[in-house]
Amino acid sequence: MMNRLLRLARAAALIALCASATPGIAQEAKPIRIGFVTFLSGPAAGPFGVPAKLAAEAIVASINAGKAPAPHNTKGFGGAPVELVVIDEAGGATKQVSEFRNLVERSEVDFVIGYISSGDCLAIAPVAEEMKKLTVLFDCGTPRIFEEASYKYVFRTRPHATMDAVGAALYLTEQQKNIKTFAGINQNYAWGQDSWNDFTAAMSVLKPEAKITTSQMPKFGAGQYGAEISALIDSQSDVIHSSLWGGDLEAFMLQAVPRELFKSSRLVLVAGEPYLVRLGTSIPDGTIVGARGTHGVFAPASSLNNWLKEIYKAKAEGAIPTYPAYSAASAILGLKAAYEKAKITKLSASIPMGANKGVKEEMEKAYQVGPSQEEIIAAFEKLTFDSPSGKVRMTLGKGHQAVAGTAYGTTKVVNGAVTVVNIKEYPAERVQPPDGMASPDWIKGGMKPAK
Amino acid sequence: MGQLPAVIVDGILYASWMFVIAVGLTLIYGVMKILNVAHGSLYALGAYTASTAAGYWLSHGHAPMGSYVILLLAALVVGLIAGPLIERGLLRFMYGRDEIVLVLVTYALFLILEDFTKLLFGVDPILVAEPYGLLGNLQMGRLIYPVYSFVLVGAAILVGVALALVLNRTRQGKILRAVIHDREMSTAVGINVSRVYLVTFTIGAMLAALGGALTAPTTSVQPGIGAEVIVLAFAIVVVGGLGSLGGAAVGALLVGLVRSAAVHYQPEVELFSVYVVMALVLIVRPKGLFAAPEVRKI
Amino acid sequence: MKLPGTPLLLVVALAVLLAIGLILPQWALSFVSVALYLGIVVLGMALMMRTGLVSFGQGLYYCLGAYAAGTLDHFFKLSDLLLMVVAGALVSGVVAVILGFLLSKYRDIFFAMLSLAFSMILYGLLVKSSELGSTDGFGLSVKTFAGIAISAGAVRYTIYAFSAVLATLFAIGMHRYFNSHLGRLAGAIRDNELRVEYMGASVRRVIHLNYVISAVLAGVGGALMAGAIGHVDPETTANWTTSGEFVFIAILAGTGSVAAPFLGAGIFEAVRTFALQYFPNTWQMTLGITMLLVIMFLPGGLWSAFGLRRRGA
Repeated sequence: MMNRLLRLARAAALIALCASATPGIAQEAKPIRIGFVTFLSGPAAGPFGVPAKLAAEAIVASINAGKAPAPHNTKGFGGAPVELVVIDEAGGATKQVSEFRNLVERSEVDFVIGYISSGDCLAIAPVAEEMKKLTVLFDCGTPRIFEEASYKYVFRTRPHATMDAVGAALYLTEQQKNIKTFAGINQNYAWGQDSWNDFTAAMSVLKPEAKITTSQMPKFGAGQYGAEISALIDSQSDVIHSSLWGGDLEAFMLQAVPRELFKSSRLVLVAGEPYLVRLGTSIPDGTIVGARGTHGVFAPASSLNNWLKEIYKAKAEGAIPTYPAYSAASAILGLKAAYEKAKITKLSASIPMGANKGVKEEMEKAYQVGPSQEEIIAAFEKLTFDSPSGKVRMTLGKGHQAVAGTAYGTTKVVNGAVTVVNIKEYPAERVQPPDGMASPDWIKGGMKPAK
Repeated sequence: MGQLPAVIVDGILYASWMFVIAVGLTLIYGVMKILNVAHGSLYALGAYTASTAAGYWLSHGHAPMGSYVILLLAALVVGLIAGPLIERGLLRFMYGRDEIVLVLVTYALFLILEDFTKLLFGVDPILVAEPYGLLGNLQMGRLIYPVYSFVLVGAAILVGVALALVLNRTRQGKILRAVIHDREMSTAVGINVSRVYLVTFTIGAMLAALGGALTAPTTSVQPGIGAEVIVLAFAIVVVGGLGSLGGAAVGALLVGLVRSAAVHYQPEVELFSVYVVMALVLIVRPKGLFAAPEVRKI
Repeated sequence: MKLPGTPLLLVVALAVLLAIGLILPQWALSFVSVALYLGIVVLGMALMMRTGLVSFGQGLYYCLGAYAAGTLDHFFKLSDLLLMVVAGALVSGVVAVILGFLLSKYRDIFFAMLSLAFSMILYGLLVKSSELGSTDGFGLSVKTFAGIAISAGAVRYTIYAFSAVLATLFAIGMHRYFNSHLGRLAGAIRDNELRVEYMGASVRRVIHLNYVISAVLAGVGGALMAGAIGHVDPETTANWTTSGEFVFIAILAGTGSVAAPFLGAGIFEAVRTFALQYFPNTWQMTLGITMLLVIMFLPGGLWSAFGLRRRGA
């Protein structure tokens, strides 16, 4: 009992000392180098890579100045300033594996945050494990990462893409009772294929009588969808599912809207949120739109959300942050929370119980060194932290894969501007499988909410 | 079958889009024996320039119909600047080298132009759709097509006819055909082959840029559109026979119709359809459909 | 091949590589491994180029080799490096024998385009296949060599060492092949096919044979790559841009020496990494400019930079 009181007292004194000593000690703390890998070239740069980079840079600058709202208001990571080493994710998985090694060994980064492409995530995870470098995957969607293997050094701070497909199916079947047929148009690569497969699997559970008319799989980057649109119009489907993004989505919408495809078919855009701004009022009313999570227009009102919007606007010349920016925020803030939790644990453990002399020196020494990778990993596992998108809980993948809820809405043009109405949120248990179960099996088994 | 008219219309639309690009590529190969990988980048430059210029024109409240003129002017400008710059500034030094080396030179140029375009126009996709919708729509049975799509068909036909006329009826055209046929003899006869090369490459560049400019209002211009287009253009040009204008037209139609049929009836094979057509044609006609018979020197 | 005692030099180089490999940092080990397995592929391309043919679809065999290696581990739990390489060689070889009947009839740009078509067909098949992970591909790991278990820390070095050994063996083999009867026919075919036919040799047979050899080399390179990187996907193996890179390295290296492909691959990889790191926004441009400079100023390939005369282009 006495020991516990003493521990509490020491912890309190410690926190007080940290808070007060931060300005002084921070100058001596070694900067923390984080490798940030995202698309700076190619079609993913405009919609995802560059917004993520801008967000990361804005966030790092803000936290280094201690300007982030609570609970992330310590300067840098536990007092140590953060430096970003940004590299381009382009070039393919093989190239990225070499670049990862270079980042770790030549640039000597302390952590790596990055990877939008699922292929890169899948290739990098084993390498991060081999090199024992804590890596946070921030945006890729494939469920395969923690469903096919376990990792100690790899974390993902955003839920995987099964959530997007299942959420879409749930929202659609709730909004529209009469669905006889549906079709799909998705890019012919892993993301598009998985999105379609998960969606059709979920639909077969939620609305087994709905029939699939046609599944169009144009090449990634095709840009011309004339024939696909004709085929879709011809199919006269009630619903059209699409995980298209980027210039492809814009081109598709541009070509489809004048041809009145959406007069008879309702569109579901799984990754449509960034295009509310770009496509604006040309999006037909009644389109179901998702943001791959509670980001952007679906993000809960909070000081963190306001902060992100403010610093991003300042950095991006007035643009508002879309979901890649939110993903970057979750990754950086999650790592920060884990780091600081580990640091405090380490500090309180470093002070020998019952010692009276040399406490300050011991603490300063421990403070300088900072927590080790293993200590941060221990803090990160099963962590719950706050982000501009709401609370993120690291509960799947043995504590390495984040879960969060998702939300979907319907577009409606009001007073000449496109808005999202009828927003419905779905908690994590309804849209993600429980730990240890593979997504396809969970969907087929009826998508029973995880406990 | 109910979808057949749509298959044909879609096939023709797709073919006319590719024809304008492919015909420039085949012309350059025919005259200069260069397989221009950077053709795709010229297409992209044309698209970016056209979109940016048209966007600027429209946002300043000028007459919407004028945007069409702007598109054409953009293509012309890109062709007239990029064409001579590339030919005189780079390719000129490589003539006489192996064909494959020239392909690599154009591949290097393609890499350079990709980043150059990105630096000039940024990474965000550019969307300037007004010219697309200006001409209204056409109803064909259950399907609606914007009239603008048929503008592309018109442009393709115009380009084809114009090139055919120039090559067959004008003196300049005859000179070009002489160079295609036999470079050495042409020089011996006194033709300024060097100037013919310059003119040809510039025309090819203009055609690529025109393809891009005309397509720009129908799509979102983003990094990577050059790479997408170049492999398709190669396939068409090889199928039709390198250096043959008629071949480019037939190749484009073949690829367009096959692809359209795939999309309507069997979407999963769409991805390979182009390559399978290319492989099949090459197996049956090893030099393409309309290749000129080659004289083999012993 | 004017270098005296080339095989001896190669063996010495191997010994040096194996020795310094023990002290090199991980990233350097990876870098040299890349140069080695890419070099093996390019060695095969050099053989084809000597025969007068440039393949724009070598990625087909590189991909087959990589996926063969990957499949062994991912689906059959056989993570043996030697087995993987043998599988890669075998699969590529068999496919090349079949395709070679068709391809050996084509020349110049048509050979290039047809080989490209086949590699893109494989690409399309892989993208469609969700069992093989579509565009994401799948991962693999190397755990044993010829049945002997390798400790986790020594895997990198084992792959590196095996790559070096194979590279040396192939280089010496190629050297002897070039100097053999069949090998000299290759150059003759490139110069004038018709005359070779008149001399009584079968042009098609030689081309077919060389095609298969280059395919096997590409398959081995692919399998080694799969082991080294631990991941295979269609994008970086079967896509035409990868084949284009092989062609570039082959031209960079020239056909003058069997060691040139490895040096060429090393330089290319170095330039690419350098460009990606220091010019993250313009690495493609940097690569393109470098390519142009090399093509303009080193027309005979790398070897001419060393002032050594090569025999024939």
